[in-house]
Amino acid sequence: MAVIRDVMPAFELFQPTSIEDAQAVLNRYGTDAWVLAGGLDSLDWLKDRIKRPQAVVDLGAIAELKGVRERDGGLEIGAMTTLTEVVRHPSVGERYSILLEAAEAAASPQIRNQGTIGGNVSQDTRCWYYRAGWPCYRAGGNICYADTPDAINREHAILGADRCVAVNPSDTAPALIALDAQMVVRRAGGGERIVSAEDYFVGPAIDITRMTMLEPGDLLTAIRLPATWAGAQFYFEKIRDRQVWDFALVSVASAMRTTGSTIDRIRIVVNGVAARPLRLAAVEALVQGRPRNEGTAVVAANLAIEGAQPLRFNAYKVPLMRNLVKRAIRGVEATTWTS
Amino acid sequence: MDFLTWGRNPWDQPILTHISWDLLWASFFAGIVFLVAHASYMVFSAHRKRHAAETDAMEAARADLPERIPRHSAAARLFHWVMASAMFTLLITAFLPIAGIRFPWVTWHWIAGLVLTGSIVFHIVHATFWLDFWSIWVGPRDLPELKAEVLRELGHEVPGPRPGKYPLGNRLYHLAIVVVALAVVASGLFMMVRIRTPFFTRNPYLFTDATWGVTYVLHGLAGVALVGLVIAHVYFAVRPDKWWITKSMILGWITRRQYLEHHDPDRWAISSSRHERT
Repeated sequence: MAVIRDVMPAFELFQPTSIEDAQAVLNRYGTDAWVLAGGLDSLDWLKDRIKRPQAVVDLGAIAELKGVRERDGGLEIGAMTTLTEVVRHPSVGERYSILLEAAEAAASPQIRNQGTIGGNVSQDTRCWYYRAGWPCYRAGGNICYADTPDAINREHAILGADRCVAVNPSDTAPALIALDAQMVVRRAGGGERIVSAEDYFVGPAIDITRMTMLEPGDLLTAIRLPATWAGAQFYFEKIRDRQVWDFALVSVASAMRTTGSTIDRIRIVVNGVAARPLRLAAVEALVQGRPRNEGTAVVAANLAIEGAQPLRFNAYKVPLMRNLVKRAIRGVEATTWTS
Repeated sequence: MDFLTWGRNPWDQPILTHISWDLLWASFFAGIVFLVAHASYMVFSAHRKRHAAETDAMEAARADLPERIPRHSAAARLFHWVMASAMFTLLITAFLPIAGIRFPWVTWHWIAGLVLTGSIVFHIVHATFWLDFWSIWVGPRDLPELKAEVLRELGHEVPGPRPGKYPLGNRLYHLAIVVVALAVVASGLFMMVRIRTPFFTRNPYLFTDATWGVTYVLHGLAGVALVGLVIAHVYFAVRPDKWWITKSMILGWITRRQYLEHHDPDRWAISSSRHERT
């Protein structure tokens, strides 16, 4: 684990009041710039001297990045909206309660007061080998220290590993993918790009040094929740070592529409098992049109873990994920846990 | 421009990680510069080609030779195109992600690497036991040919030796490819131990950090060298004046006229009974 040594090294601090000004600074410094949202992940990196940017661009003074707004029957959440503001917004609770649950599960009240939804989805992985500053794949090197015979890898990936076995730590990410959210990205070269939340996250097979599709200079400005899944039947569950404040070992989020007991449509996503939140498309296809019952849930859960490759210390994640998927499909009350 | 990238291992020792990817662009542009320079020279120079009348006379004198001279056996051609496919797959999967075109490349890369390795092993066995092994190699005995070829390129009439089965440039290219391909294959096979494949139990600690660093650097240097070499190879393959050679790698034969025009029958003897080993 990295050690906080002393005060952080010097850098130029910019506090722009518009997206344009922020991007002007980001474009000027390129890869030497660092985007600061709530600062909760950033300050670790800076004080540990693992990341040494020349310029830090604090987005806190950009008003247009904050707040929750109605848009096209859904909601648009500014990227700098704090997790507490998301949790307390009445429309989120009424129509998108899965996001409320996910945001409320993140960290502690103090952190949620400071942490933003944009920062929560864009934060870096918690792999301690990577965060210690060692030259692993994710840091531009040629080894994964977490995937060695004697590595401590209890929290690492069981699916989708490609050299790197780090996992995505975001709590809100799986909920946003389940809601089919759209991420609004202002590109470094100008222009805006809307990408689905699912495509916002990238795995190591595509880019081993990044967790999201953001290029240097890009800014996530807002997250749009479409009306499609508003008021659906939601399920979110986060399993962690300490209930009061911890990252997810595995989490699951699902949005479901049913007719009677038949599943019409569903989106189901797990996180904490791969470098990006995994949408379980095969599971969704399997359960659509089937009754929402124990049998369907068991078949779906077994399908969900197909291909899992546990490391030395994280085999427990396989039954954990299986049970979470089962609970998300069947519901908590009638589900039994199996090892 | 840095040539190598370094990191610090958990014991705070400096370790090599890989080459600087600036070298990729250096190799790419070197290949393009060579292409442009050679093409320009061929357009504006007075390089000497054998006169048609001279070839006509030779063809009349050697009418006993078959119309089609076998140059590459089916097995040799199969090897060449399998190796070429593997090589292109390796280069695309290795360097497009570095150039910014991102896709899941690792599995394709090591599969292509194994295909290349298999094809090279096949080629070594095939060339050793079924082909004229030494016809592709260069050595001191080729210095007179080198001198004659250079003088011809400079526009002189030179009676000196002409190539045997393979032109001198072809043999020099083969030598370069042998060195670079063996380096990339050998280092790549060891690097497979670091990733998940069905063949090895992952063991990133097979070598020391320093040895792994050298392995990655060797793989990277050989890889970027291949970029320039492949550009040069493709360039020569599509040049109109070399198309007869490329065509022979597809069809397996050259015409009697091409044989007499470009080769020295004393150094690449063809019997009229067409039992030539290729």
